[in-house]
Amino acid sequence: MDQKTVENNNQLKEAPIEAPAKAAARLVVSPSPHFLNDESIPKIMHTVVLALFPAVAASVYFFGWRALLLITVCVTACLATEYAFQRIRNKPIKIYDGSAIITGMLLALTLPPGFPVYGAVLGSLFAIGVGKQLFGGLGFNIFNPALLGRAFLMATYPVLTTTWVEPRTVQKAVDAVTAATPLALAKFEGKVDFNWMDMFLGNTSGSLGETSAIAIIIGGLYLRYKGYINWKLPLGYLGTIAAFSSIFWLSDPVKYPSPLFHLLAGGAMLGAWFMVTDMVTSPTTSMGQWIFVICAGMLAVVIRLFGGLPEGVMYSILFMNAFVPLLNKHTRPRVFGAGERG
Amino acid sequence: MGHKTFERGVHPSYYKELTAGRPIEPAALPKTVTIPLQQHLGAPCEALVKKGEVVQEGQMIGDVKAFISAPVHASISGKIKDIEMAQHPGGFRCLSVIIEGDGSAKEWGPQNGVADLASLSPEAIREAVKDAGIVGMGGAAFPTSVKLSPPKGKAIDAVILNGCECEPFLTADHRMMLEEPDKVVWGLRAIMRSVGAPSGVIGIEENKPDAVSALGRAVAGSSDIKIIVLEAKYPQGAEKMLIKAALGRKVPVGKLPFDVGVIVSNVGTAIAVYEALNWGKPLIDRVVTISGNGVKEPRNLRVRVGTSFEDVLALCGGLIDCQEVEVLNGGPMMGVSQPTLNVPVVKGTSGITVIAADAGKTFQYEPCIRCASCVEACPMGLMPYRLGDYGKAYRTADFKGWDGLTCIECGCCSYVCPSKRPLLQWIRLGKLKLRQEAQNGHGETK
Repeated sequence: MDQKTVENNNQLKEAPIEAPAKAAARLVVSPSPHFLNDESIPKIMHTVVLALFPAVAASVYFFGWRALLLITVCVTACLATEYAFQRIRNKPIKIYDGSAIITGMLLALTLPPGFPVYGAVLGSLFAIGVGKQLFGGLGFNIFNPALLGRAFLMATYPVLTTTWVEPRTVQKAVDAVTAATPLALAKFEGKVDFNWMDMFLGNTSGSLGETSAIAIIIGGLYLRYKGYINWKLPLGYLGTIAAFSSIFWLSDPVKYPSPLFHLLAGGAMLGAWFMVTDMVTSPTTSMGQWIFVICAGMLAVVIRLFGGLPEGVMYSILFMNAFVPLLNKHTRPRVFGAGERG
Repeated sequence: MGHKTFERGVHPSYYKELTAGRPIEPAALPKTVTIPLQQHLGAPCEALVKKGEVVQEGQMIGDVKAFISAPVHASISGKIKDIEMAQHPGGFRCLSVIIEGDGSAKEWGPQNGVADLASLSPEAIREAVKDAGIVGMGGAAFPTSVKLSPPKGKAIDAVILNGCECEPFLTADHRMMLEEPDKVVWGLRAIMRSVGAPSGVIGIEENKPDAVSALGRAVAGSSDIKIIVLEAKYPQGAEKMLIKAALGRKVPVGKLPFDVGVIVSNVGTAIAVYEALNWGKPLIDRVVTISGNGVKEPRNLRVRVGTSFEDVLALCGGLIDCQEVEVLNGGPMMGVSQPTLNVPVVKGTSGITVIAADAGKTFQYEPCIRCASCVEACPMGLMPYRLGDYGKAYRTADFKGWDGLTCIECGCCSYVCPSKRPLLQWIRLGKLKLRQEAQNGHGETK
């Protein structure tokens, strides 16, 4: 404090605060602005949870009650982990802010329908424990917790995380039948022609909540309507995937699948609308956001076409998450009046 | 939509309907007034009167021989009761002249009709403005005479009159434009003449269509003044934002409107210029909007400078019954909370906003979730969440490097933050710390 301020403060302290007798109200003194909007973290997070419900409904429709079981397990395990960590760290318990629910839902929606419950619990533990709380909790994590949990499961149970079943709408038998995902068919069997309507609606094998593009888009548009996501992120990511994959498709349509396939297959839709748009792990500047989505989109296509795995969405986003602090630092917006001539 | 505007900014609820339809009424003559000797940016005045002296309404009671300053005048006739330190609504204490009124009021009005502008020299206008103690009445209270004296070599080609009034609740400018459009236009022409500017612009937000048409009628048939309708968005009335919106010019970092050939004045200031030149009336009263959910009868009042907030609020039915209330000098976005109601209305008091709060209001904040709302709201193109962290941690080198000093303190960042982080307050802290380091001479540490 400089001298003048100290002086003023002392005088303020000495001066009796004359709450006049007429007004019984106590005078509150706070710094401006005195108006704040009505947004809050729980409000944002609960809206995202709501926006995930179409995808949840689609997963239950296509994969049965097992889907609901996995989602419930993941959400419960995430909340319990969050609670345990906050308790141990002596931090205020904030499990009601909804962020752990989102992590649990997103993690579950990326799992195969037949995934064992204990695996789902482990994944949740890792997602919240290592992915979020070890970094310091909400707002401090570098990587998307749900994707980190999914990557952990991918490394721990490589077979279980790549064993898929047909949606029950195809298979009338009680026992689920294993079936390759469109991505695996494209990668390992060179298939390029698919039933686009089935892929759009979600009637293919795949992760719980990733198969139904329409359900995810409904949720995503709702989020956009609520103003919680920036057009740039989902459309930039999907647009890059479409544009970059069409270069290969146009060069050899027999060998490479079409851009439409890339948009509808695997986790592209879920990733674009719910993971790329994660506030904590995406850049804050306009230019940073463009670089983030364009690089991630290209990476996803490269991994799908030339990597060892059929799916590249998860790693593309996780990889670009690591660059977010750097992007935020080096893509500052232009200060008003900078570079103008006087 | 489709109206001219600036980039980014926010859309708070305006609540203008509380007072927008209420004509300006003269406030009752106060028994005593407290007139601070500093009501402007710049050097404080020295008292020209002594305790016990009798003064007339309009008499100059404080002045100083400094370029950036404005004299102060007695707003009522009476006896000087005391000259002492008193609380100023800007949030500090300063030497003030306390006058006990004799109950008489002077009638101000045209002396010899409306003066012919062509017969007034630019110097005469500037002198009259200086003698009348006119300052910017939008809130910042920068001495108008200084604005009318641009440095040599800076040609002014446009004068912008600020009729945006983008702060929620406030309607004083709106009512003045509606009720006295001819005075506004005359005052604008006087300002244009004193700086040799060929054109004038009046910028008004789209939510005041009646003011737009009233002024439109007042300038009908002349080509020197244009009325520009702007998007209703906060902070449209901030000087730099207004210049960008109205003329498309950006004031360079660290420069002033002079440097892009513009001066900006408030519509209330134009009326004060009119009254000073035609009526010989110094700036001793002003229109104040008293509004908010904590006051019983929101009104627009013409209040004498020096009237205490308590007296003004009493004229509006007083405060509602509630446990906690925040009384602001100005609007809710940039206004200063008052620790006591025993503070005077000053030349820069555009409004008194009273916000009733629930008991036990706390100021808890959550961690930043990097939602980028503040970055998308900052009209200056800064990254407030970063600046807030640097300011809070006294990381002054980083704070300066990320252009913290260009912050105009509009408060958009704090307003939009979902984690309710007091970003602007932390940025102020950063500025304060930088200033201290500069004073102590170890600012340039690596």
